[in-house]
Amino acid sequence: MDIRLMDDAPSDAERAVIAALIDPVEEVGSHLAIGGHSARRHRHLLLPVLSAVQSEIGWVSKGALNEICRRLVIPPAEAYGVASFYALISTTERPSVVAHVCDDIACRLVRSEFPHGDAVVSSPCLGQCDRRPAVLLQRAGVEDVVNAPGDQDPFELVGVADPTVVGDRLLARVGHADPESIGSYADHGGWQALEKARALGPAAVIEEVERSGLKGRGGAAFPTGVKWRAVAAEPAPRYLVCNADESEPGTFKDRVVMEGDPFAVIESMIIAAVATGCAKGYIYVRGEYPLAASRLRHALHETRLAGQLGPEFDIEIIRGQGAYICGEETALFNSIEGLRGEPRQKPPFPAQVGLFGRPTVINNVETLINVPGIVLEGGEAFAAIGTPDSAGTRLFCLSGDINRPGTYEVAMGGALGELVDLAGGFVGETQAILLGGAAGAFVDTEALSMPLTFEDSRSRGVSLGSGVVMAFNSSRDMHDVVRRIARFFRDESCGQCVPCRVGTVRVEEALARSRSAPLEAGLIDEIDRAMKDASICGLGHTAASVVRSAISLGLIS
Amino acid sequence: MISLTIDGQTVVSPEGATLLEACRSIGKDQPTLCYLETLAPVNVCRVCVVEVEGSRTLVPSCSRKVEPGMKVQTESERVRHSRKVVFELLASSVDLSLVDDSVQEWMTNYQVDPGRFGDLAPLVDDRDERHAGHHYENTGTHAETVFQPVKVDNSLYVRDYSRCILCYKCVEACGDDAQNTFAIAVAGRGFDARISTEFDVALPQGACVFCGNCIGVCPTGALMFRSEHELRASDLWHEEEQTVTRTVCSYCGVGCNLELHVQDNRIVKVTSPIDHSVTSGHLCIKGRFGYEYVQQLGDLATTPIDDVLRRAREAGTV
Amino acid sequence: MRGVRNGARLYTVDPRRSESAKWADIWLGIDVGSDIALANGMARVIIERGLQHRDFIANATTSFDDYAAKVGEYPLDRVEEITGIPSDVIEEMAVSYASAGMAQIVWTLGITEHHNATDNVLALINLALLTGHVGRYGSGLVPLRGQNNVQGGGDMGAIPNKLPGFQDVEDDDLRARAERIWNHTIPPKRGWHLTQMFEAMAAGKLRGLYVIGENPAESEADVVHARQALEGLDFMVVQDIFLTRTAQMADVVLPAAADWCESEGTVTSSERRVQRVRKALEPPGEARPDVDIIGMLARGMGADWGQPTPEDAWNELRLVSPMHAGMSYQRLEELGGIQWPCYDENHPGELFIHGRLWKQPLESPPAPFIAVDWVPPVDRLTNDFPYRMTTGRHLDGFNTGVQSAGYDSPIRTGGTIDISPEDADRLAIHDGDLVKVSSRRGTIEVPARRDLALRSGLVFMSVHYGEDADVNQLTIDTWDPKSGTAEFKATAVQLQKV
Ligand SMILES: Cc1cc2nc3c(=O)[nH]c(=O)nc-3n(C[C@H](O)[C@H](O)[C@H](O)COP(=O)(O)O)c2cc1C
Ligand code: SF4
Ligand code: SF4
Ligand code: FES
Ligand code: FES
Repeated sequence: MDIRLMDDAPSDAERAVIAALIDPVEEVGSHLAIGGHSARRHRHLLLPVLSAVQSEIGWVSKGALNEICRRLVIPPAEAYGVASFYALISTTERPSVVAHVCDDIACRLVRSEFPHGDAVVSSPCLGQCDRRPAVLLQRAGVEDVVNAPGDQDPFELVGVADPTVVGDRLLARVGHADPESIGSYADHGGWQALEKARALGPAAVIEEVERSGLKGRGGAAFPTGVKWRAVAAEPAPRYLVCNADESEPGTFKDRVVMEGDPFAVIESMIIAAVATGCAKGYIYVRGEYPLAASRLRHALHETRLAGQLGPEFDIEIIRGQGAYICGEETALFNSIEGLRGEPRQKPPFPAQVGLFGRPTVINNVETLINVPGIVLEGGEAFAAIGTPDSAGTRLFCLSGDINRPGTYEVAMGGALGELVDLAGGFVGETQAILLGGAAGAFVDTEALSMPLTFEDSRSRGVSLGSGVVMAFNSSRDMHDVVRRIARFFRDESCGQCVPCRVGTVRVEEALARSRSAPLEAGLIDEIDRAMKDASICGLGHTAASVVRSAISLGLIS
Repeated sequence: MISLTIDGQTVVSPEGATLLEACRSIGKDQPTLCYLETLAPVNVCRVCVVEVEGSRTLVPSCSRKVEPGMKVQTESERVRHSRKVVFELLASSVDLSLVDDSVQEWMTNYQVDPGRFGDLAPLVDDRDERHAGHHYENTGTHAETVFQPVKVDNSLYVRDYSRCILCYKCVEACGDDAQNTFAIAVAGRGFDARISTEFDVALPQGACVFCGNCIGVCPTGALMFRSEHELRASDLWHEEEQTVTRTVCSYCGVGCNLELHVQDNRIVKVTSPIDHSVTSGHLCIKGRFGYEYVQQLGDLATTPIDDVLRRAREAGTV
Repeated sequence: MRGVRNGARLYTVDPRRSESAKWADIWLGIDVGSDIALANGMARVIIERGLQHRDFIANATTSFDDYAAKVGEYPLDRVEEITGIPSDVIEEMAVSYASAGMAQIVWTLGITEHHNATDNVLALINLALLTGHVGRYGSGLVPLRGQNNVQGGGDMGAIPNKLPGFQDVEDDDLRARAERIWNHTIPPKRGWHLTQMFEAMAAGKLRGLYVIGENPAESEADVVHARQALEGLDFMVVQDIFLTRTAQMADVVLPAAADWCESEGTVTSSERRVQRVRKALEPPGEARPDVDIIGMLARGMGADWGQPTPEDAWNELRLVSPMHAGMSYQRLEELGGIQWPCYDENHPGELFIHGRLWKQPLESPPAPFIAVDWVPPVDRLTNDFPYRMTTGRHLDGFNTGVQSAGYDSPIRTGGTIDISPEDADRLAIHDGDLVKVSSRRGTIEVPARRDLALRSGLVFMSVHYGEDADVNQLTIDTWDPKSGTAEFKATAVQLQKV
């Protein structure tokens, strides 16, 4: 491909990092060069190599980008467009340790102002709300690390406190089995489901999953069996993606699973691949989850050694680099493909046109780890848990003004109030509960009687979303909370479509104005309608939902 | 052939046609900004959305394909509302003064009132440095805009991104869909997303080959011939006095069609007809800008246009 | 590029790794002037593997056996030695070309600016005949034209041996027909082509010259020699829109209007498409459209043609040239141009030609294979002149630069000698250093520029900067006897850092 590079050369260190990961994709001699179509098939290496340079060097310089572009034959403008899309990648030089201090809705309840600077930047939710306040230290040349709680000097390494984890199906092994030992996993019941699935064969596994009534836990509640059957019917090659980008503010359940039971994620993926005949699997892990990524990496290694992964099906980990939107399935595909993480217009749907343009199964971590149980016990047994329309258990992320913040697994159908009681009840007098995350909605204490099911939440016009339950007591400044949520969407919009790109800004402005003047509820309402109707993806569709629920509950005015 | 209804009227369209094409086939034009016949649809501007029965959200007519039995509304309250708000969001953040008359008409039709978000914020000069995810505080006193200084970094064309609606057309024309040069791409994210070269280097330092195909597809005048830019700045741009003549480029043997825009017997800009099969509106640097040799008048009397252009060129060329 | 995106395989054969080569699946970096060896070697592979199109060859061609025998002399190891290209790649390209459903060979001056230009072209035509990649939709031979109307000039009969519409001037019937229409006799013998004219000037046999829109004082190979010939003329008229270097030497200069924007008419593009050019500007000063000037000259010579408009002239052409007969101005307008042949006003023009070769049985003469042999470039590489220099254009430049110098191009590099990084290192030459470039005919000094597209031993100069980098003082004026084209592409030079 004919590209024009910049004149800048990489430093030796940069060159070494890049060379360790990628070879030039074109073979060029004095009388011969081989490139063209075959060379252009390497675009998916862009994000991993950008991530590696960022992680080893601390930023991506012109010289480094140039060297990457030279080897992968990618136009520098496009590579820059990709690099500058991600919050964790810097295209300007910065200190070798940068503290990403979470000032999102759970953390800001307990954190006071902190000084911003080159080395200290504010961050959206780091998925540690149960151990708030959280800090991510991005460190050049050393693994990134999270401090939680980290309310002292952000740079002082304190590590993470033990999480509260309650549950006996999906979470049964978390805190009990050694997440770094495949033997321990087997001792705690691992691999039995895979063995059974292989014996049953693809058709039977899909049938059990359909019978189970399992619905997606990533937010859209789409029946998993239907998705699998659709993909299995499409021509090969097919891909499998585990969506572990968990970035919805208030959500941390997938992290708890990946950190505490990584082999379960892998076993579940292999079963999914057996069922759908996928050629290759990817786990797209949120960049802010260094521990989850390293546990998964280790688990993959051991699983490979144990012969459960190999040429017929293997799994690759892709690290996100700080972009909430990359949790949206089609944005995630683009991100893996080395493009900007911009969602695609649907249809076509991933089951037909997904990763690399091929039929793709994409499921949330929690969705997938339900599968071993379904295979072992049978779909019917699974369907018997919960309600007819909401089968199984769910992981809820409780945080905010709650006595024991943590991850709680409960059968669907129980009341919201019971779940709160399980976590020791509220702290103080509750004025609002955020359900489903920043893309969800506020409810008040009247909703405590609401059964936690897809159908009950839908009939109330709210959503369980990613399982967020965050409480705010009467001492909280809801205006500040709502504004932080509006800001989140403005910062995380990919910027592709007008209603979301500009609408999120206008909503935030209206909220800012309402500090000193009456809230322009009508205006927000109009923008919200246009965003819901005219945006490309779910981010725009739901960006103002929380704001509107806050208005209708009278939390802000 | 596929049969569907649009605003109650039955329409028969070929398979693979878009809703926009189906609408146009019965004389119901829809507004578009990011759509162009010669480019792959990116469906990002969302002014063309229509309502399809059974669909939770509105759908972009420029890219959605016709399906049997579809029931489409192009004038429902939902459609009108979304289009109105989308136009308002654009008009309150971008300088739309040079968009096509037809777009202006749509905006009038939808009673677009961009003023209701407050006074427009003045220009800032840090847009190219903005970091994804970093929050740029706003106090709500002004409606934030993309206003920024014009980029004048070469002798042939300028980039006035205060007019940029981020329709991606220039990126497509520079890349896959025409020129295959990839000198520009979208960088940054969200409201801070922008069209940029690598690290925002000046065009002559980047990959640009100055074909001007980006200018040819830009719907807002953000990308503009240097000559037009200078003439406008000096109030000497008189479109009503200009003639547009179609001819064939004088350079190589491809046979690209040119439209010469002439004012005061000077070529002030060159475009190419998008509906001509030879190049579908795309040119190379010579066809687009290589016309000067027919208007170097040496020491003959100069018109005011020449004066302006000469001064501009002497002053600003990097 | 759309084809490439849709999956077409692209092979680029070019001594330099050009922009197009960088898009190619395979770039074959051929040594300058070895194209015939490559084509013949490919043919040998195709025949050896039985991949030739037997039915097409039997039905539509002659002399296959001679051809097969000739290409038999080009085994791959020999071809590799001549071209420098690894033989497995040549083999792959040959197989891929022969077995493709559709395939095209596209070329430009790298094939034709050689002393054996016609043989080069014949070698490619042979390949297309061998595989049946001609006269069918999507397959064919595509010479890209370097000037907007070089095809049109030929169409109009501006070639020494043709009447308008490529009718042979030495064919008595065709000539008689044209004479009837014009009511005038036409000399029955072909004239000289450009290179022959220069020879005649040098020999004192050609004493007067009328030059329209050409700048031979700068564009000819071995330009010093050419200028001497022009200076020796008794009388020269130059009709041009510029006071070119040639015009400065003329006895009379006729200022012309620029045909593409200051007057009306037609041009024919590479794909045989005739299109209208139109007047958008008033020509400066006394400049007049070419039709008017020629009309005035005719009147001066005693033939009053009245005041023909360009359309009148065109309609006359349509009478003389059958293949243009259907192209009225109105139709050219409506259809956005028409590709000849277009025999009447209902004929849509032809997307491709030579379709006749697929008629069974053939209704017209078959296409002969004309076996050709490789011969090396005339200007040999020796220890004294060890570098192979080739010439060409830059994207933003054009020919001698008279037109393209008029605008301010941000990507213009100016006249340089482009050198591979290896050679530059060896000679300790940096970008911008002045280098003395000498050939057996002359010496010039130009700044150097490193170019990754070049390999060691190969240097490049563009042709646009006659004043600063008068490349044609170096080039050789050996020319192809059949086409009259000079060997601009292969000069032996020596480099010396100043
Ligand atoms: C803005 C946005 C962000 C999303 N983020 C996530 C995420 O982090 N994790 C996830 O599993 N699904 C996320 N989703 C939902 C995915 O698009 C997709 O529906 C899900 O991965 C499908 O898996 P499931 O069927 O197992 O739920 C997000 C959707 C949107 C619109
Ligand atoms: S809705 Fe927002 S996040 Fe989604 S595609 Fe549009 S701009 Fe991007
Ligand atoms: S510069 Fe013009 S063409 Fe490019 S994105 Fe902006 S408005 Fe569209
Ligand atoms: S970790 Fe800070 S809000 Fe979630
Ligand atoms: S024209 Fe359809 S989304 Fe822009």
